[in-house]
Amino acid sequence: MELNFTGTDICAVGGTRSPAEAHYDVVVIGAGPSGIAAAFEAKQTGASVLLIDENPVSGALMGNDVPLYFGGRMTAATQNSERMLEAVFMSMPALEQAMEAGVELLLRTTAWGVYRNGPGVQSLPEQVVGLADAERSWLVGFGRIVLATGARDLALAFTGWDQPGVMGAAALQMLLTRYAAFDGHRVLILGSHDLALETALIALEHGLDVAGLVEVRSAPQGSAELVAKLAAAGVSVHCNTAVTSAQGGINGIEAATLSNGETIACDTICTAVGLIPSIELVDAMHGQRELDAMRGGYVPVGEATVSAVGLCAGLADSGFDHVEYRMDWVRALAASSAPDTIICQCEEVTRADLLGVQPPNYLDRPPAMCARSLETLLNDGPANQDQIKRLTRAGMGVCQGRRCRDQVAMLLALESGQPFAAVPLASHRAPVRPLPMKILADWNEPAQMEAAWDVWFGIPTQWVPVEDIGTPFEDEHRGMLYTGMYK
Amino acid sequence: MSGSEVVIVGGGVTGLSAGWWLARSGVKVTVLDKFIVGWEASGRNGGGASHYSSPLFDEEQRLWPQMDDLLGYPTEHQKERILIAMTERQWEQYRFVAERHQRLNHQVEVLDVKQVQDAVPLAGDNCFGGVHYKFGGHANPQRSVQAYAWALQDLGGIIHQHSPVTGFETAGGKVTAVKTATATFGCDAVVVAAGPQIPQLMAQLGVDIPLAAARAEMIITEPAPMMPLGGVDGHKLYGRQTMRGNLAYGGGPHEWIDVDETGPAARPSTPLARNLARRLAELLPKAAHLNVIRSWAGVVENSPDGRPIIDRLTSPDNVVVASMSSVGFGLSPASGHAIRDLVIDGKCSFADIDILKLSRFAGLEADWRERRGWTALA
Repeated sequence: MELNFTGTDICAVGGTRSPAEAHYDVVVIGAGPSGIAAAFEAKQTGASVLLIDENPVSGALMGNDVPLYFGGRMTAATQNSERMLEAVFMSMPALEQAMEAGVELLLRTTAWGVYRNGPGVQSLPEQVVGLADAERSWLVGFGRIVLATGARDLALAFTGWDQPGVMGAAALQMLLTRYAAFDGHRVLILGSHDLALETALIALEHGLDVAGLVEVRSAPQGSAELVAKLAAAGVSVHCNTAVTSAQGGINGIEAATLSNGETIACDTICTAVGLIPSIELVDAMHGQRELDAMRGGYVPVGEATVSAVGLCAGLADSGFDHVEYRMDWVRALAASSAPDTIICQCEEVTRADLLGVQPPNYLDRPPAMCARSLETLLNDGPANQDQIKRLTRAGMGVCQGRRCRDQVAMLLALESGQPFAAVPLASHRAPVRPLPMKILADWNEPAQMEAAWDVWFGIPTQWVPVEDIGTPFEDEHRGMLYTGMYK
Repeated sequence: MSGSEVVIVGGGVTGLSAGWWLARSGVKVTVLDKFIVGWEASGRNGGGASHYSSPLFDEEQRLWPQMDDLLGYPTEHQKERILIAMTERQWEQYRFVAERHQRLNHQVEVLDVKQVQDAVPLAGDNCFGGVHYKFGGHANPQRSVQAYAWALQDLGGIIHQHSPVTGFETAGGKVTAVKTATATFGCDAVVVAAGPQIPQLMAQLGVDIPLAAARAEMIITEPAPMMPLGGVDGHKLYGRQTMRGNLAYGGGPHEWIDVDETGPAARPSTPLARNLARRLAELLPKAAHLNVIRSWAGVVENSPDGRPIIDRLTSPDNVVVASMSSVGFGLSPASGHAIRDLVIDGKCSFADIDILKLSRFAGLEADWRERRGWTALA
């Protein structure tokens, strides 16, 4: 056909997109104390404000450790959506005050992506946040977005960590203080910095037995005052030791064995070594972020229309190097667990396979493959977690890497003899929460989208069978498959 | 040619396959990549390997089933595909394509709704029927790219990552060296397989290569129960069920973008994920409850007719240019072979690829992108 076909490329995306359903001057993601305060403050200036929070998430999502590392230790109460919603309101009276002030509030609503024009995309009519509830997804335009997404749990692998009852500190605190829905009695806590100490005290306040704290360093890391409070309550910190394994049965954890030989009975092992600022949305929108070891990891860098408040902006800087501390933990746990310890639970990737850069078990490993490893890959350049996750599948599962991405990065740093900062942050992708296809689906897309939709570029000459090129069949092919193009 | 030095600009799937083929012939190969092998479209695509529109088709079909053994590393190659029609119009179109394949002696079978559901248990009774291609297939893009890279290294080839090419040295009508910011690589021949950056690189040699870059998107679900056949297309979607079970699907509007010599500045995905999710939920309704866990975008280049450019230039006469025009992954076993032949013998040994010559664009208008709306949005 004529090579110089001209006209408009109707298969290009311009003008086909679904419009936002609503627009707010300010959208605040996360209705914790910082988010509520930000929404309240914005409302005082006369702005239209939408405040959303994913909690209470469904029981099924909690089972997938969304948004925190619940470790299957929720009571059946978490299956009751209305009861959980009531618990959120009861635990945060400020929510009602914000609503009375004119803030629009949506709970059980997830922000799964933020989109705006920038490098590589100019086709968005406006900057939008993608929202979803149990029924559907939709887009909301905004002038300014405030992220108050909090911090998530750092999970750490040891032998037996993939059993019910191994969970995170933020998850335990949420189950105890907000929902009264923790299904355990005796908790062993990993870590001894303030997060661990505070978690232990909260557990005691809620009537739990605290079986002790475990610390890989030689002394408790947090405030002496909190350590003393725990000591007074008869809770001791086991220093210079790590968990080597967790034993359990059908209901999960029953005991933990430490590298110093002690075995401690417990039904829950709470990893309280660190919290990670929840920057999934910032990173997925290609927002700027930087590593700040004193503030718990990667934190957003403020932008004109994107700001972060509360823990997602970084933990309080108390002069404590969180990254160095976590690296000590990962080093100690790796030293005291077998190479076949699972690191990525979703994809069942062991530490040996991760550091061997080996493919998943459903693929063959011929001799050449077995001879490859992180060590050989490092000859080509520095360790890159995104590259290694695609080869090993570590972090590619349904938990979207929440349970393993941080420890994978640390293991790669340790194995390659590099500081943590040398391993680039593995990318976050929208949807930053698992979202059922039928919920994510746009069931009301504009007609222009269907008109523009081609399986590929819609170039009339691209898919003509090679034998037909230059024959009358070529025009017939185009007429059948590419009607309406390039007129 | 054996023992000579060939520098390959671009560690995508095409450049790496070419390097691997050259190394198999005893050529000393150096691949220069701006970042990490396969980082752009070579590692971000649907993994399809059924390109009957290409003169390289027969070789593509011959080679894929052997690639795991030839490379020594897994590619996750799987055979055959099924195309499912979800509308009356699609059913008409897909049967038209099936009829064409039959005439061309490509093995296809037209399936009724029941047969579609037997082969594709996630399909519903909302479809009109399907076409089973008893050829073609799919593989894992990232794994395959790394397999080429490792196989090339096993044959003595050298790959320099994080080494963007900055220019060339020429003498006597040949390129004598390829330069990066920190090194100069002497060479007897050069392969330029740098995707969207080809026009900027070739402009340095005074050669105009008409290519336009665009961004395209895909979505990925959590694993679904394994289907007998994972290469399921249709409803104007392309994609596959991975060997892990995930459904990885793309299609729909692209966005033309500008790419400078440093490559794509970013590969953002957009709310198009919702339109993809809708169509995938219609195509495979029994998977509609599955979670979408990722979306991503890649940047590909297209030539004016959407067909690859694989050509050995006349001046400088030791340069082979290879752009696969947005259909490079599946054809890679064959494109690498063709490039090897052009470098060593000056002619493709297994197919007539004159249709892929650059000279077909000699009469192209200078403003061809604008004339058809292939330009970046302001």
